[in-house]
Amino acid sequence: MTTVDRGFAPLAPPRAAPSVAPRRERGLWRDAWYRLTRNRAAVVGLVFVVLLLLIALFASVLAPYSFDRQDLDSTDLAPSGAHLMGTDGLGRDLLSRMMYGSRISLAVALVDVAIVLLVGVPLGLIAGFFGRWIDTLIMRTVDILLAFPSLLLVIVVITYLRAVLDQGEGPLLGVLGSLDKASGGLLGVFVALGLVSWLTVARLVRGQVLSLKEKEFVEAARMVGATNVRVMTRHLLPNSLAPIIVAATFGIPLAIAAEAGLSFLGLGVRPPYPSWGILIAEGLRNMRAFPHELVFPAVILAITLICFNFLGDGLRDALDPKLRVD
Amino acid sequence: MTVYVFRRLLWMVPSLFIVFTLTFLVVHATPGSPWDEREKPLSEAVKANLNKQYHLDDPLPKQYFDYLGNVLHGDLGPSYRSVERSVSEIIAATLPVSVQLGVASLLFAIVVGVPLGALAAVKHNTWIDYTASLVTVTGIATPAFVRVSLLIVVLSLGLALLPTGGWEGIFDVRAIIPILAIGSGPAAILARYTRSSLLEVLGQDYIRTAHAKGVRPNAVVAAHAMKNALIPVVTVAGVTLGNVITGAFFVERIYGVPGIGRQFIDSVTGRDYTLLLGTVMVFALLIMVVNLLTDISYGYLDPRIRYR
Repeated sequence: MTTVDRGFAPLAPPRAAPSVAPRRERGLWRDAWYRLTRNRAAVVGLVFVVLLLLIALFASVLAPYSFDRQDLDSTDLAPSGAHLMGTDGLGRDLLSRMMYGSRISLAVALVDVAIVLLVGVPLGLIAGFFGRWIDTLIMRTVDILLAFPSLLLVIVVITYLRAVLDQGEGPLLGVLGSLDKASGGLLGVFVALGLVSWLTVARLVRGQVLSLKEKEFVEAARMVGATNVRVMTRHLLPNSLAPIIVAATFGIPLAIAAEAGLSFLGLGVRPPYPSWGILIAEGLRNMRAFPHELVFPAVILAITLICFNFLGDGLRDALDPKLRVD
Repeated sequence: MTVYVFRRLLWMVPSLFIVFTLTFLVVHATPGSPWDEREKPLSEAVKANLNKQYHLDDPLPKQYFDYLGNVLHGDLGPSYRSVERSVSEIIAATLPVSVQLGVASLLFAIVVGVPLGALAAVKHNTWIDYTASLVTVTGIATPAFVRVSLLIVVLSLGLALLPTGGWEGIFDVRAIIPILAIGSGPAAILARYTRSSLLEVLGQDYIRTAHAKGVRPNAVVAAHAMKNALIPVVTVAGVTLGNVITGAFFVERIYGVPGIGRQFIDSVTGRDYTLLLGTVMVFALLIMVVNLLTDISYGYLDPRIRYR
C-alpha cells in the first residue's frame, strides 16, 4: 500500500499525469499530496475551501457591515463600491450577510464530518468486525434509511424536531430548545442531518473491514495477542482511512446543500441569521426587480459545492485511483 | 422470475406498513396541532370541536387502526388545511402533474446524460472530457433550488425567453424550466456513470478484437461497447428517482407547479399531518416500485443474472 502500482492502468488517471515521476521512496500521504497538488481542479477546490474557511473564521473582522444592520435609506441597492454585492430589501449589506452565512455552511460541514467520524466509522467497524446479528442490525437500518431520498427523511424529522424544540418542555428539552434558539435553529438542522449523514460511510467502512480482517497482518496481530479493540483501532481503522477521508469530503457538500435547502424552506436556520438558503429564498422574492439579490447567493453556493466536489474527486484520485465512492 | 417478482411484490406490503406506522408515530408524536399558527388564534372550544370532528381526541391506538382501515380502503382522510378536498383527492389531482414532469425530466436526463457520458469516455482526457466533467460536477453538486433559480434568472429575466413561473401542462413552454432544473441532476448522475462504465468496457479484450477485425470505431462504441456499458448505469435508476423527487419538492414550489412535491412541502410547513402522511406513502410506494422495476430490467439486460 505504500507505493502505487504503476503497472496498473487507473480507471481515471490523474490529469496531467507526470511523464517522469521522481522515483524516490515516498509514503502514502506524501504520494497522495503530490498527486493532489498536480490535479488542477483539486487545487482550485482546495484554495477556495481554505479561503472560505478563513472568511468564516474572520467574518466579524472582514465583513464591512454587521449582518443584521438595517439601513432603510439604502434598500435594494445594486452592487457598488460601498456595497460590493448590493443591499437587500431591508438595506442590509449582502456581502456581509454572505460572509456571516459562510459560518453556518462551515459549521454544518464540521458537524457532518464529526458525525461521520464519531458515528459512521465506529458503527461500520463494529458491523464489519463482529458480523452476525450486530452486522445485520446495523446494516438493515442503513439499508432502510438509504432506501429513501435523504432529504425526504430529513424534512419529516425536522418537522418533528422543530415542534419538539419549540415546545421545549421538561428539563432536557427546555435546555435543548433554548440551545436551538440561541444557535438560530442550527441544533435541529444538525440532528436531522446527523440521522442520514453517517449511512454511506458506515457501509463503506464495513466493506473495508470485511476484506481487511481476513488479511495476514490481522492474523499476525492476533497471534501476538492483540485485543479486538486494538485490532480495530490500530490495524483496521488506519487501513480504511483513505476511503473514509474521500467519503467525508463528498459528504460535506451534500450537508451544506441540505442545510441551505432546509433554511430555504424555512425549516432550518431562522432569520435574521443569514444562512445562504435564506438569502436565496429572499432573493427569489425580489428577483424581478433586483436579480443580484438572488444571483450572488445562488452562484456562490453553487461554486462552493462544486469546489468541495473538485476536492473530493482530487482526493479520490490521489488516495486510491481504483477507489469509487458515489 | 415470476416467483421472484411475486415475492418482491409481497415484501412491499410489510415495507409500506412499516413506513406508514413510523410516519404515523412521528406525525402524532409531534407536539402542537394543525390548528396552531393561524393568523387568528382559535379559541379552546373551537380547537376541541375540530379535534372531535377529526377524531384527534380518540386514543392513539384507535386513531391508528381507524386510519389504517381507511387507508386500506384508499381513503387517506381529510386534509387539515384544505376544507374542500380530501388527501386522496389532493393526491389524485397533483400526482399526475408530478409524474408527467418527472417522466419528462428523466427522458431529458437520459437523452442528455448518456450521450454526454459516452462522448466523455470516447474522447477520454481531451478538452471534451474535461468540459463534460465540469458540466457533470455542476449538475451533481448544485441542489435543484439553485439550478431553478439560476435558470429563471438567465432564461426568464435575462434573455426573456420563458415565463418566470406557472404551469399549463407538460407541452407548454412553462414546463421547460422545471424539466431542465429537475432533469439536470439525474442527467449529471447518468453521465458520470456512463462515462466510467464505458471506459471500463472500452478496455476489454472483445473491444480490441472488434477494432482488429476492422469494425468502424463508431460502430464499436455504439454496437459493442454501449450495450454492456449501460447495464451498471441502470442500477442508478433508484438514485435518479430520489434526485427527481427531491428536485420536485423545490422546483414545483418555486416555479408554481401544482404537483405533489409542492403539496409535501406545504404539508410540512403548514402542519397538515394527514397530507404529509399521504404524500410520504405515495413517495415510498413509488420508490419501491421503481426499485423492483430496476431489478427486473437488470435481469433482462444481463443474461448472466438469474433471479430465484
